[in-house]
Parts: sequence; structure tokens; C-alpha cells
Amino acid sequence: MGKDHPNVEDYVISRVRALESILIEKGLLSEDAVDAVVQRYEEDTGPLLGARAVARAWLDPAYRIRLIEDAPAAIAELGGTAEELRVMPNEDGVHNMVVCTLCSCYPWSVMGLPPKWYKEVAYRSRAVVAPGAVLAEFGLTLPESTEIRVWDSSAELRYMVLPQRPGGSEGMDEEALAALVTRDSMIGVAQPAVPERVV
Amino acid sequence: MDGIHDVGGMHGFGPIDRDDPALESWEATVIAINNASMRAGLMNIDEFRHGIERMDPAHYLSSPYFEHWLDGITRVLIEKGHVSADGLQRRVELFEEEPDTRFEAVADAPTFEGRARFRYERDATAPARFAVGDAVRMRTAHVRGHTRLPRYARGKPAVIHTVHGVHVFPDTNAHGLGEQPTWLYSVRFDTADLWSDDAESDGQSIYLDAWEPYLLPRDSVTNEEEEGENARG
Repeated sequence: MGKDHPNVEDYVISRVRALESILIEKGLLSEDAVDAVVQRYEEDTGPLLGARAVARAWLDPAYRIRLIEDAPAAIAELGGTAEELRVMPNEDGVHNMVVCTLCSCYPWSVMGLPPKWYKEVAYRSRAVVAPGAVLAEFGLTLPESTEIRVWDSSAELRYMVLPQRPGGSEGMDEEALAALVTRDSMIGVAQPAVPERVV
Repeated sequence: MDGIHDVGGMHGFGPIDRDDPALESWEATVIAINNASMRAGLMNIDEFRHGIERMDPAHYLSSPYFEHWLDGITRVLIEKGHVSADGLQRRVELFEEEPDTRFEAVADAPTFEGRARFRYERDATAPARFAVGDAVRMRTAHVRGHTRLPRYARGKPAVIHTVHGVHVFPDTNAHGLGEQPTWLYSVRFDTADLWSDDAESDGQSIYLDAWEPYLLPRDSVTNEEEEGENARG
């Protein structure tokens, strides 16, 4: 530690190390816990579990219904755990997006670490009052007739958007479809990627 | 509390910076510290959030996100007596002088096996006061302690969208007053009701998760009833 924090004061690093060392002494924390955090959220989860659920929902209408009606059970089918999850489906004329204005609640269990902007005040302040402008900033312009539904996650429920399957993805299998499902499309600030062959 | 954390609808924070650097090791350490503290029962999620809310407002706005966590966890662990302020300060000074100091974990320290998982839903002991479609109005209480009712929603009309079940109540759980589980709902607001002329368009709705004590029946409630409830609350 100490070399990878160009924007953080050394004093902050020392405070982290100090608290860490006290919990290690108490027997509550092991030294490899940090590596395990990185492994779990950056390498194992990422947004991959959520993307797999979305891809399966695109392929299997019955799974789609289960994902919307009982997301924890639908995620368990994929071998994951997300007891608190709620999935909001985009439809023609309805677009969902997720924010946490009070802190930064985010479905870590299916989407990994939240992006930096999701936790910052610019997004949190504006998503509930100017969602159309926020989406435009992300490059997403919706038809004027589209209803935008913003989910402010203030409780121990976590929201994930089920985006619509992109045109041109006919015939693709689950793995190929999951690769189109970006993290941002499950937050609701983007559409899934467009398959390369139709670009 | 009306802290700096409650930013929904505020103006002036500028455009969204979409730069998204990889997690730094000190940030992963903070995540591990948070996980260990919750898993060991040193603090609960609501105490943690209330710890962050009480950051110095200027510092909150100028510090990186995981420093919020560090600040909140430290505050709560000191307040609850799990860590001594003096001991921590001495340890900080040690690391400032000797950054490479190592402390050996005890042999049976828990390894990290994913984020500590907690369930916040509880069995219902009373029927829900509201049903899907009911017209409600959000309380206006100016809560000094922890609450999950944001400023922008207070006093506003809403409609019950979902009845989620009975969940731990943050307003008490953050203050050592117990879980006091209560019904949790999602309520829907029209943006015109929230933002008046500043609303972007008619075709937008804001949904908020709200515990039953945050809600009053919209039409039958007099100011006296709310004042009475506030006085009790």
C-alpha cells in the first residue's frame, strides 16, 4: 500500500491501516481479506451475474417472469444470492433508472462494485429531478413519450433494471447476449450494447 | 437528519464525472473493515449510515467515497466503545511514521467470504395500514437523528405502489432503540408534485421506499393528527 493512491492523502491511508490493524488484533479481520474483496467484487462478480440473468430473461420468457416477480429466487437459479433484489423491466414506452439519493445503495451481489459516479453527489442530486437531462448526459435520448421511472433505493431493497433486448441480437446464445448487457444498462443510464454485426 | 448526505434535488453539483478508476487497495481495505465490523456485530447498517451522515459537511463533499465509509465506521466504533479514540490516534501516528508496520492476524481470524449478508425483513405482527393504490402524504417531521425519508419527499403526496412486508426500522435501529420492524412500501410521486415548475416533463415518476411511520393517509389527516404523531414520534 502507499503507491496506488495519488489522490488520497497519506493521512487517510494511515487511518485505514490503523483501524485495520486494530481489527486484526481483535481477531476480526485477516490480512488476506483485502485480496479477497478485490477477488470477489472485481474478478468474480463484476456485473456478470446480473448480465447473465438479463440474458436468460431475454431468451426464456418464463425466466423473465420469475426474475421480475421473485428476483432472489431467479438469481438463486444461477447460483447467486441476492435476497433483497427487485428487477424493474424496461418496456416500450417505459424506462427505469436507479439511484440512491441518501447514500449509494447498489446491488453489489449481482452487479459488483458501483461506478464512482453512482456514489457522487452530481448523479444523486440530479437523477430524481432531471432524469432526462442525466440520461442525455450519458448519451441516452429517449422518445418524448417514454415514461421515465426513477427508483430511489432508500431501504434494504436493491434495484436492477432489466433492459430491452437490442435489435440485431436474434439467434445469439446466452453467453453472447450477456456480453451485451453493460453495467450501465442495468442501472438504467444506457441501453445494452448493439451486436457488432449490425453496427 | 438534514445532513449533507441528503442531496436529492439539490442544485449546483455540476455535470456527472464518468471517470471510473479501479478500486485502490486502501478502498478494498475499507470494504473489508466494514464487512468485518458488521459481521462481528460491532455496528449495524443503520448505525454505519448515521455515522457517515454526521461527517463534517465540507469534508463530505471534498473527500473520496470510501473515506466516507472510513469516517463513519471510525465514529461509530469509537462511540460504541469498540475502539478507543486515543488508541486509534496512537496507531495512526505509528503508521504515519512507519507505513510498513505489520500486525499478524490471530490464527483463526475469519477469512473474507463475500459481503456479510443480513436479512432485514421480519414477520408481520400487525396488518399493514396501507394498500396498493392508497393515497398518502409523506410526513413533514424534521428528524434530528437518522431517517431514510429524504427532504425532497417530505410533506408530498404519493400513492402506494408496492407493499413489501415488514422491515427493520432504520430510525430506531441506528440509535440503539431496537429494530422496531414496521411495514415497508414503495410509494410513487409525480414529479410535478415534487418539483413544481422545475419538473422536466409530465412523463416521469419517482419511486421511494418508505416505512409506514413516514406515511399518513392523504385526505383524512388533519394537521393536528400529524402534530400528534410527531409529538409521539
